[in-house]
Amino acid sequence: MALSDKDRIFTNLYGQHDWRLAAARRRGQWDGTGGLIAKGRDWIIEEVKNSGLRGRGGAGFPTGLKWSFMPKQSDGRPHYLVVNSDESEPGTCKDRDILRHDPHTLIEGCLIAGVAMGAHAGYIYVRGEYYNEHLVLQAAIDEAYAAGLLGPNACGSGWDFDLYVHRGAGAYICGEETALIESLEGKKGMPRLKPPFPAAVGLYGCPSTVNNVETIAVVPTILRRGAAWFAGFGRPKNAGTKIFCIQGHVNKPCNVEEEMSIPLRELIERHAGGVRGGWDNLLAVIPGGSSTPLIPKAVCDDVLMDFDALREHKTGLGTAGVIVMDKSTDLIKAIARLSAFYKHESCGQCTPCREGMGWVKRMMDRMVEGRAEVAEIDVLEQVTRQIEGHTICALADGGVWPVQGLIRHFRPMMEDRIAAYKAAKGSPQPTLPMAAE
Amino acid sequence: MAKVTVDGIEVEVPNGVSVLQACEAAGKEIPRFCYHERLSVAGNCRMCLVEVEKAPKPIASCAYPVADGMKVFTDSEMVRKGRRGVMEFLLINHPLDCPICDQGGECDLQDQAVAYGLDKSRYLEEKRAVKDKYMGPLVKTIMTRCIQCTRCVRFATEVAGVPELGATNRGENMEIGTYVEKALTTELSGNLIDICPVGALTSRPYAFVSRPWELRKTDSIDVLDATGTNIRIDTRAGEVLRILPRTNDDVNEEWMADRGRFSFDGLKRRRLDRPWIKVDGKLRPTSWSEALGAVAARLKGLPGERIGAVVGDLVDAEAIVALKDLMGALGSRNLECRVDGAAIDASRRDFYTFNTGIAGIEEADALLIVGANPRLEAPVLNARIRKRVIAGGFPVGFLGPRGLALTYGHDWLGEGGATLRALVGGEHRFNEVLRAAKRPMLILGRGALRRPDGAAILAAAWKVAAEHNMLQPDWHGFNLLHQFGGQVAPLDLGFLPPEGGAAISPSIEALWLLGAEIDTAAIPAGAFVIYQGHHGEAAAARADVILPGAAYTEKDATWVNTEGRVQHGRLAVYPPGEAREDWKIIRAASEVLGHRLPYDTLEAVRARLAEANPVFAGRGFAPHGCTERTGPAGDAAAVADAGFAPVPGSYWQAEAISRASETMAECARVYGAAQIRLAAE
Repeated sequence: MALSDKDRIFTNLYGQHDWRLAAARRRGQWDGTGGLIAKGRDWIIEEVKNSGLRGRGGAGFPTGLKWSFMPKQSDGRPHYLVVNSDESEPGTCKDRDILRHDPHTLIEGCLIAGVAMGAHAGYIYVRGEYYNEHLVLQAAIDEAYAAGLLGPNACGSGWDFDLYVHRGAGAYICGEETALIESLEGKKGMPRLKPPFPAAVGLYGCPSTVNNVETIAVVPTILRRGAAWFAGFGRPKNAGTKIFCIQGHVNKPCNVEEEMSIPLRELIERHAGGVRGGWDNLLAVIPGGSSTPLIPKAVCDDVLMDFDALREHKTGLGTAGVIVMDKSTDLIKAIARLSAFYKHESCGQCTPCREGMGWVKRMMDRMVEGRAEVAEIDVLEQVTRQIEGHTICALADGGVWPVQGLIRHFRPMMEDRIAAYKAAKGSPQPTLPMAAE
Repeated sequence: MAKVTVDGIEVEVPNGVSVLQACEAAGKEIPRFCYHERLSVAGNCRMCLVEVEKAPKPIASCAYPVADGMKVFTDSEMVRKGRRGVMEFLLINHPLDCPICDQGGECDLQDQAVAYGLDKSRYLEEKRAVKDKYMGPLVKTIMTRCIQCTRCVRFATEVAGVPELGATNRGENMEIGTYVEKALTTELSGNLIDICPVGALTSRPYAFVSRPWELRKTDSIDVLDATGTNIRIDTRAGEVLRILPRTNDDVNEEWMADRGRFSFDGLKRRRLDRPWIKVDGKLRPTSWSEALGAVAARLKGLPGERIGAVVGDLVDAEAIVALKDLMGALGSRNLECRVDGAAIDASRRDFYTFNTGIAGIEEADALLIVGANPRLEAPVLNARIRKRVIAGGFPVGFLGPRGLALTYGHDWLGEGGATLRALVGGEHRFNEVLRAAKRPMLILGRGALRRPDGAAILAAAWKVAAEHNMLQPDWHGFNLLHQFGGQVAPLDLGFLPPEGGAAISPSIEALWLLGAEIDTAAIPAGAFVIYQGHHGEAAAARADVILPGAAYTEKDATWVNTEGRVQHGRLAVYPPGEAREDWKIIRAASEVLGHRLPYDTLEAVRARLAEANPVFAGRGFAPHGCTERTGPAGDAAAVADAGFAPVPGSYWQAEAISRASETMAECARVYGAAQIRLAAE
C-alpha cells in the first residue's frame, strides 16, 4: 500500500510546479499559519509529540521532545532556531529538493518551530555546494517577508520572526549540530562537548535547537492535518512519511516521499524501477546514507524501512539515502571509498577519529587489492571498535560502521581477495621498511 | 556538594566539577593530554575516558560534570580498552624518536604509553610527517611529534592573550601553527614548552643539551623581574642548563616570563670571575688579598661622609644589610638604592609595595594603571590581570602611551600627567568607574617615578587611591610595580640617604658600587670606586677595584618581590672562578678595614636581617589592608603635563644578565622589529 497523492506533504518535490509563494499557497502552504500559531507553543509541541515525528537528519530523535528541552521562559538570552541544511551525507539529496522546489514548506515550518521554541530568529545553514538552491531559498524568504509572512508580526500572529540563510563552505562535519553552530558563529567547524546541550548553551551561547530541513518542513502539514493523520503512517514509534533517496544500481533512481515502514523491496521496485538486472542481481544495500552499515540481499528481501526494523539488523534508517549495489559492484572498493571520504572529512579534534580514520582508510585500500593478511581483517575490525564511541561526535561512528558492516556480511569476499592476491603475487610485504631493526 | 563513587570510594565534591576532578579527589589517577587545570577544557585527546554507570559509552572525564549519586569506574574493562585504543592511535603517527627527543624522560606521552599502552605496534602503514614551524627564537618545533592536544593554542589565546596560534587543515592533516609563520609575540612563550605534553614544542636554547635525569634541581627565585617567580634551576657540572617555573598559586601560578627563563646563558658570559685592580689607569687581574688590601688602604682613615655606597637592582638582602652595616661602621650615611632615580618614599612600606598582592588582583573589581606597562615589566603579573579581565566585570583604565598591546582591553585615559591631575580632581570620566567599584586597585609603575616630578606623581596616585575606596581596613588597592627582583629589599633595609642627602656628591672620595650600574659621569673625578658584582659593564670599567660577586643562581639569598613577599633563593651552582657570595665579600672587607662585622654564617646574617627589619623574620606575604591613609610626601598638584614614557630599552635586555645573553640578543633582534611594527599600526 503506497502513499496516495493526497497524503503527500511535499507536493512539488519534482519541481513540476512553480516554487514561488503564489503557487505554494495554491498547494496549501501558508494556509492558516497565523491560526496555528495562535494555538500557542504548548499546543504545537504537544501536537508534534503526538504525531510521533522523529528527526529526519539521521539520528531519529523525537522532535517534539527535543523542542520541549528549550527553556519555557527566557532568562534574558534570546532563543534561536537553527535549520541544518548542510546535507552532505553521500547518498542523500532530499533536502536539496525541498530547498529548490518546495522552499515554502521549510519557511513556514521555521516560523512555527520558532514560535514553539520561543525563538525570534532562525538560521538556515545551507551546504556551500547548494548554490542555486540557496538562491531559491533566499528568494522565497524575500517573498515571504514581502507578504508579511516573516518579519515583525509574522502572518499577523503577533510573533516577530526573522529568518537568515547562511552558506557553509563544504565541510561534511558542519552537518553535526554543534559543529554547525561553531561554523555559524564564524569559527572552525568542530563539534562541541556535550553537555551542555544546545538547548541550554547553543548558538552565541544562547538556547538553540538544531533541526533537519525535512523535520521542520513537515511540521506545518502535521499541524494542519492533525497529529493522528501523521501518526497513522508507518509502524508505532516510526510514524509518518519520509523522503527516500533511491540511487545506485536501480533502473530509475529517484527521490520519493513514502510511508515509513515500507518494505525495502517494495520501495525499490515500485518507485525506482527495480534493481538493475532484477532483484536477484542485488548484492547489498546501504539503507540510510553512507554512514549506515550495508545489508546483504538476504536481509533486503523483507526488511522494513524504518528506524527500529533496520536497527534490528545492526544498521539504521539514517537519512534514508538508499544506495543499491548489484552484483557488478566491487563492494570492498565501494566501502574503501567511503573510508576515504570519512578520513577526508574528520575534523581532527579527537584522537581516535583523527588518527584512526587514516588507518582504516589505508587498510581498506590494501583490502581492495587483497594486499594483506587474513588476520588483518580482525585488526581492521578491532580498530573500528576502538574508534567507535570514543569521540565527541558521531562522525567517527558513522565512518567506521560501513567497514564493520562489510566485515560482518562479506568477510569471505575479503578473504578471497587476499587469497587471490597471494596466489598471484605471493605474500604481501609490510609496506614499511623496518630500518631501525 | 555531590556524592560520587569512584571505584567504590565515595567522595564528596562541589557541584559542577568534572568527573576527572572527582576521580582525583578519590585518589585515582586519570591519564590525560589535552586537559590542563589552568586552561579551558578541550576534551579532544580522549585519554581520560572513564566508565559511568548506565552510560552506554565511555565519557571524557575532563569535560563531564559530576552528578549526585554518580558511579564512576576508572579501571573497568571498557576503560582499559578505551585508553589502550587511544594510546595506540596517538602512537601510530608519532615518530617514536624518543632517543633523540628533548622531551625524553619528562614526556607525558612516553610515561603514559608505558602505563596504559600496548607493548607492540600493529600499524603497518606509512606514518605522517609534518613540516616544522618557526615560532621564534625560544621555541623549537618538531611538529611531527605533535598530538594535536591544542594546549598551546589555548595557552596562547587564553593566558598569554595573543591569539596567534591555531590549527589549520582538518583530520590527520591538522597542523598547529601561526598560519603565516612568525615568532609568537608574547613574553610568555617559554610556557608553551612546559605545557606541551610531548616533544613538539621544546626549548631552542636547551636543544640536545641534557637529559632530565642528569640534572640537579634547585628551587630558587627569579629576580630578573619583580614578580618573584618561583623557579627550579636545573644544573649539571656547575652549569645552569635551564630554568623552569615552580607552581606557586600566590605568585606565578605555574607560568614564567621568557627573560627569566632564557637569559641564564648570560650567567656564563662577561662575568667578573676574579678580582681586578686599576694600576696606571688600566685594570689588571689581582688576588683577593691584594684587592681587599687596596680597598683598605684607600678607605682607612677616610671620613665617613666622604664615602658613598650604591646598591643595584639585582642584589640580595644579605649583601645589602652587610654593606649597610659596614657603611655604618665607617660612619657613612651616603647610601642609595634607587639607581634609576625613582622618587620612592620609603618611609612606609605600603608606599612602595604591591599591597593588593598578585593573587589579590583576582579579587579586585576595577583597575587603574598609571605609567606602567605590566606586559613588559612583569609579564606573569600581567597574565593575572588578563585572567581577571576575562572573568568579567573588571574595567581597566590606563594612563600612558596610547595603543599599547596589554593583551586585554583597556580604556586609554590619557598620556600622563594632565590626566592624572584630572583624576585627582575627581572630574575625569574614569572617576565614576572607580567610585562605583567596591575593591578598586591602582598600579603605579616605578618608571613613572623617575621623572623630576616623581614625588608629585606618587602623592597624586596615592590621593587617587585614597579618594576612591582603595584604602580600606581590609583592602589595600595601592600598588607600586617594581621592575627587578632586588628593588624592594634595599628599601626595606633603608639603604637610603638621610633626608636631603645623596650617595654621590662632589665631596665623595670613595664609592662602593654593589651591583649598581650607574651613570659613570656622575662619579666625581678622582673618586676611588669599588665595584662589586657579577657582570662587568660601564661602571665596572670605571672601578679602581673590582670584587667579583655571585649572581642570583649562585648564592643562598633572600629576595623581596614587588608585593613585599620575602622568598629564599638557593645556591644552584658555585660562583665562577674566584667570585664569592656578596655578603661574604663585604664581611671579608670589613675585617681588613678593621670593622669586623659580627656574622660569620648565613644564619647569623639572616638573624641580623630580621633585626634590621622584622619582615625578614618570616617568609611570604601577609595580605593586609590599609590602616594609615595619610599619603607620601609630595605635592599632588605639582604633577607636570608630560606623558608617561614607555619603558626604556628592550624587554629582552633590561639588566646585566640578559644583556650578556646571546639568546636575549636574538630575541631583541627578532622582536625589536616586531614591536616597532606593532607601534606603527
